[in-house]
Amino acid sequence: MNADAGGAAAAAPPIRVRGLIKRYGRITAVDGIDVSVGPGDVYGFLGPNGAGKTTTLRMMLGLIRPDGGTVELFGRDPLIEGARALAGVAGFVEAPQFYPYLSARTNLELLAAYDGGDAASGIDAALATVELTDRARDRVGGYSHGMRQRLGIAAALLRRPRLLLLDEPATGLDPAGMRDMRDLIRRLAGEGITVVLSSHLLVEVDDLCNRVAIVLRGRVVYEGSLAGLRATGDPEYHLRTSDPQATVAVCDRIDGIQDVRRAGGDGVLLRAAESDIAALSLALGSAGIAILELHSQQVTLEDIFLRLTEGEGPATEPVLEAVS
Amino acid sequence: MPSSLTVYRWELRKLIAQKRTYLGLAVVALIPLAFVIALTLRRGGPNDVAFGDYVHQSGLAIPLVILIFSANFILPLVTALVAGDIVANEDHNGTLKTILTRSLDRRQIFTGKVLAAVTYAAVALIVMCTVATVAGTIASGFNPIVSLSGTRVSAASALGLVYLSFAVYLVPTLAIVAIGLLLSATTRNSAAAVVGTVMFVLLLNLFDVVPGLQGLAPYVLPHQYDAWMGFLRSPIDWSPILRAIWVSAMFAVPSALAGYVVFMRRDVAGG
Repeated sequence: MNADAGGAAAAAPPIRVRGLIKRYGRITAVDGIDVSVGPGDVYGFLGPNGAGKTTTLRMMLGLIRPDGGTVELFGRDPLIEGARALAGVAGFVEAPQFYPYLSARTNLELLAAYDGGDAASGIDAALATVELTDRARDRVGGYSHGMRQRLGIAAALLRRPRLLLLDEPATGLDPAGMRDMRDLIRRLAGEGITVVLSSHLLVEVDDLCNRVAIVLRGRVVYEGSLAGLRATGDPEYHLRTSDPQATVAVCDRIDGIQDVRRAGGDGVLLRAAESDIAALSLALGSAGIAILELHSQQVTLEDIFLRLTEGEGPATEPVLEAVS
Repeated sequence: MPSSLTVYRWELRKLIAQKRTYLGLAVVALIPLAFVIALTLRRGGPNDVAFGDYVHQSGLAIPLVILIFSANFILPLVTALVAGDIVANEDHNGTLKTILTRSLDRRQIFTGKVLAAVTYAAVALIVMCTVATVAGTIASGFNPIVSLSGTRVSAASALGLVYLSFAVYLVPTLAIVAIGLLLSATTRNSAAAVVGTVMFVLLLNLFDVVPGLQGLAPYVLPHQYDAWMGFLRSPIDWSPILRAIWVSAMFAVPSALAGYVVFMRRDVAGG
């Protein structure tokens, strides 16, 4: 490799995905996904089950051939360069799988041989990191789901990755296992490894990730920082007036006010920016409706995530526009 | 750097760790043993088979009789047992994604698997030949045999010809390996690939019985199984051996290429 190519590879981002498409018959599983992951990011790849996250991850790793678009890992396309594009890349999609009739150690020896170099010298350390040293001689066939999950991490670490792709790593783990997994990921990220973490639960990743992409029905509906995600959601207000019925009618006349709904008794819930709340209070006053109580409710990231991923049809459109 | 040879070595280690491997090898070892035990218990022999008349005179006739008996079904089955499984078991275990996200290209994985499946078939032939020769020699002695041309062949050269015959049988076996690999890569199901391979090979026997196709029978696989008999004529008749090579290649090369293309392009979506 000449110096220029080396410089270009060093400058290329860990992941650049553009316009990725995968169709299965008439179903479009992945519908034009763009993802950019920068060096050192801990990147959450979020979305409900079936949103196309795993298919996208498989295309990133060259396991599935896209129908359109490109994947570059550190500037290299796995479709064109094959295994060379995976240099410095490790991870797993769906549950990590091993040869059940071989021991954990033998499985890692095989994978280290397939990695080349001195990967085998890292086996002991990798087993120790995931606390499987004592069970390393046992056949993987007898392993629990959580142990396989940890062995998957160990197998990834053998490659001394600069980019780690983990698909739902905490799935099926008990609470202690989930905490250990989180701690491990935090530690690896602290060592400067770029991590992509897919999950269908925001809470699972929100204390780890600095950036997220939210995927819904094969499209990215949000990409950016968690702070930015928080800002996409207008705050929710709880309003109590002398005439809730008429209040709803007034709300409907103001464009910026959304999701207006009655909330028991004389309460009304709505979402709006602060400027629209100002307009609303004036409009209620001139309509002869008295405001008894008005306060904003705390909106959690999970609320925004659920609104994004559960909202059907038009509800997601404004957010889409806010992203682009 | 890891290479096809790395894959080959590990495929062999995986075969050694799997029960299926020993099942096939046990079959090819037990058949000659059972045959020899049956021979020692009664005087008769298989008279309607080439060399069948000599199984009591020379132990070296026994591996040849065993080869004739096993050529059409047992040996293709044992070959398919591994060739049909070698890609499909990765689908079954979900391990294809595991090994394809390391530093090896699909081409190298495929090549290593081809070499391993061929090695297994060759080992099965060597085991069968050796068990039959040793057991046969113990039962009927290390004696000269009579060639198909009626000439006497010394025990030492007969031993060489016996191993050479099994080596020639490896030629059509390579075609069976290729067919097994193709079905293994396309069906992604071990049982389907093994049964499919054996069924296909058995169906080729129809060329011998269906009127109109009989003229083609010498140019399909089953007729190549006994190409080795060319060695047991004097002078040696090379024509069936040469034909076995090109006919087998006609089956092996397209199957192997198709299996390669399927393996290179297929989506790894399971596991």
